[in-house]
Amino acid sequence: MLRDAWLIAVKDLRIEWRSRVTLSQIVPFAALVLVLFGFALDANRPVLETATSGLFWVTVMFVAIMAVQRSTAVEVTDGARRALLLAGIEPIAVFVGKTVAIAAQLLVVQVLLVAGVIVLYGASVDQWVLLLVTCLVATVGIAASGSLLGALVAGVRARETVLPILLLPILAPVLIGATRAFDDALGSVAVDGWAWLGLLAGFGAINLVLGALAYGVLLEEI
Amino acid sequence: MTKINQTASAPTGTGSRFTFWLGLTVIVGVVVLVLLGFFAAPEDDEQGDAVRMIFVHVPSALLTYVAFSVTAFGSLMWIWKRSVWWDITAHAAAEIGVIFCGLTLFTGSVWGRPTWNTYWDWGDVRLVTTLILFLIMIGYLSIRSSGGDEGATSTRAAIIGLVAAVNLPIVNRSVEWWFDRTLHQKSSLTDGNLEDMTLFSLVVGIAVWAAFFLWAMIHRFRIAWLERELRVGDLNEAIAERRAEALQDESTQR
Amino acid sequence: MVRLRGVVALLGRFPALTGVDLDIDACEIVLVQGPNGAGKSTLLRVCAGLLRVESGTAEVLGHDLSVDRAAVRRSVGLLGHDTALYDDLTVVENLQFWAAASRVSPESVLPALDRLGVAGRLHDVAVSRLSAGQRRRVALAGVVVRRPTLWLLDEPHAGLDQRGRDLVDQLVVDAAHAGATVVMASHELDRTVDLATRRVTVAGGTITADHRVIRPESGTHDAS
Repeated sequence: MLRDAWLIAVKDLRIEWRSRVTLSQIVPFAALVLVLFGFALDANRPVLETATSGLFWVTVMFVAIMAVQRSTAVEVTDGARRALLLAGIEPIAVFVGKTVAIAAQLLVVQVLLVAGVIVLYGASVDQWVLLLVTCLVATVGIAASGSLLGALVAGVRARETVLPILLLPILAPVLIGATRAFDDALGSVAVDGWAWLGLLAGFGAINLVLGALAYGVLLEEI
Repeated sequence: MTKINQTASAPTGTGSRFTFWLGLTVIVGVVVLVLLGFFAAPEDDEQGDAVRMIFVHVPSALLTYVAFSVTAFGSLMWIWKRSVWWDITAHAAAEIGVIFCGLTLFTGSVWGRPTWNTYWDWGDVRLVTTLILFLIMIGYLSIRSSGGDEGATSTRAAIIGLVAAVNLPIVNRSVEWWFDRTLHQKSSLTDGNLEDMTLFSLVVGIAVWAAFFLWAMIHRFRIAWLERELRVGDLNEAIAERRAEALQDESTQR
Repeated sequence: MVRLRGVVALLGRFPALTGVDLDIDACEIVLVQGPNGAGKSTLLRVCAGLLRVESGTAEVLGHDLSVDRAAVRRSVGLLGHDTALYDDLTVVENLQFWAAASRVSPESVLPALDRLGVAGRLHDVAVSRLSAGQRRRVALAGVVVRRPTLWLLDEPHAGLDQRGRDLVDQLVVDAAHAGATVVMASHELDRTVDLATRRVTVAGGTITADHRVIRPESGTHDAS
């Protein structure tokens, strides 16, 4: 299973690298959102600094939707889903592989977003370890639920517009938890960030299991 | 799949003796509830007359979660046993649940206004969680109406139902922690002690709304069931038609 | 190899197959013909274990499809109308991925590409830059690589030039000789009639004609 999952993850990332969608579209989009927030909040430094955690993670949510859409679209073109079934790969492997690929892309964007908020919003990082671990753990949860819901909407007519409706409410705990953890890491609010990581880890674990169980069911309904 | 007996008389409505009496009970119950709610129950010390919202807000909140649980369980039964009965029940419960959910949110919002001069109380953990649930259920219904292969739609909706059911406690916990661990205030409109009469009226209210819920569920279920029967009947006809045209082609070619 | 009895299959609500009875033995080359919309593609997909059998029994390569559809997939090679190739990857990368996914040695990729006449200079070209005919050849190479016991080809000649069509014919004959069974849906009756050992006509989702083909060598034939 792990071998197959690796195969899928490498395939997805290779396609990403070739098409450069992440680099040329998603990253600029993320940067653009940061700038737009700056405009919207009147470049008010204190406000931006306080709101940094929230703005960061809302941006990540938008980016996640794009990444999931892309990951799903790759398999929809030209009957690849059917071929995956025929090849006899276990659905769990496809799920894990695609989750890893989405997570990798999200992490790349988050690294750049951290740089972005430091530059644009004047954020200063008090606890780097907490920051990085939060990004990692939150991303696992986002990628897992995104991967599952992406596969779910793959066969649906209006899939671009229905995915956000489904995914964003589910990701609410991640938004709440990651933002609080970031607040601690950025030293802007007196919060115990590490406690929130427990919640994020729980979310990630539960949705990984959920995805592993449900993915096969979805893949069969072509 | 069963063939329907096309010589039997088709039902002209989804009513029955049971639903008739049930409906009557609901109407009587509503009248009783209004009397109790407006006249018998006393006004609250803090909230004044606004506390009467409780007779709508609490039952609809309860029934929202009952409906959602039915949807979640029905989703499980569809995936596990491919039970059409449970699939239809899950769908019906989701539709009616959304209405109760909307009612819960609306009454929660309106209730807060006279008490705290605000339309939305972020500090009410349950209310915030219910809002998320509302959005998820909208998503569920959206998938249901997305058309295409029926079995596939049922499966997708079922997965959403289960994903939501598993994640909702996490949502609730995270919102709760949000208020526990930060400087925000938690609050709730219904935590205070209730007068005896209010409590009694509340119980009556829950019973009345539950009866209404049951009534609506039965009708909705029957409509969906009849629709499906119609489609199955069509299926057997469609198969026969398709085969017939094939043989026709054959004979015209010879 | 294949035993279908009263198979009904649905595409959404539409009964694509309305009751199919079919028996296919090993090493046969079966031509499936019929008008557009008759259900030929659906029949192939059912045999590949991709579509649920709504009613009836279906046994393919010893697997009961109503119990476990997934088991038969590894032994089957399906060439559909789509190519299942990733646009951004090269020809070789695509086939290596599918070979690895199907648990086939990656060394069989290059010989398969040669067999299908895909020129060496195209190997490292992204699939999006190939012509439709070239993509079809690569897709066929993908089937060849799997070395399936049951070949299910949906219009294999479509979009190919003369040489390509000859190659397909040779592939089919070689496969049958090697012990595989080939089921081909095709409109190219001139070519396939000479290849096939059996001709099956599908119309309205069911089999309307089923003949064993007379060959001078084989002697008697039976038509049903």
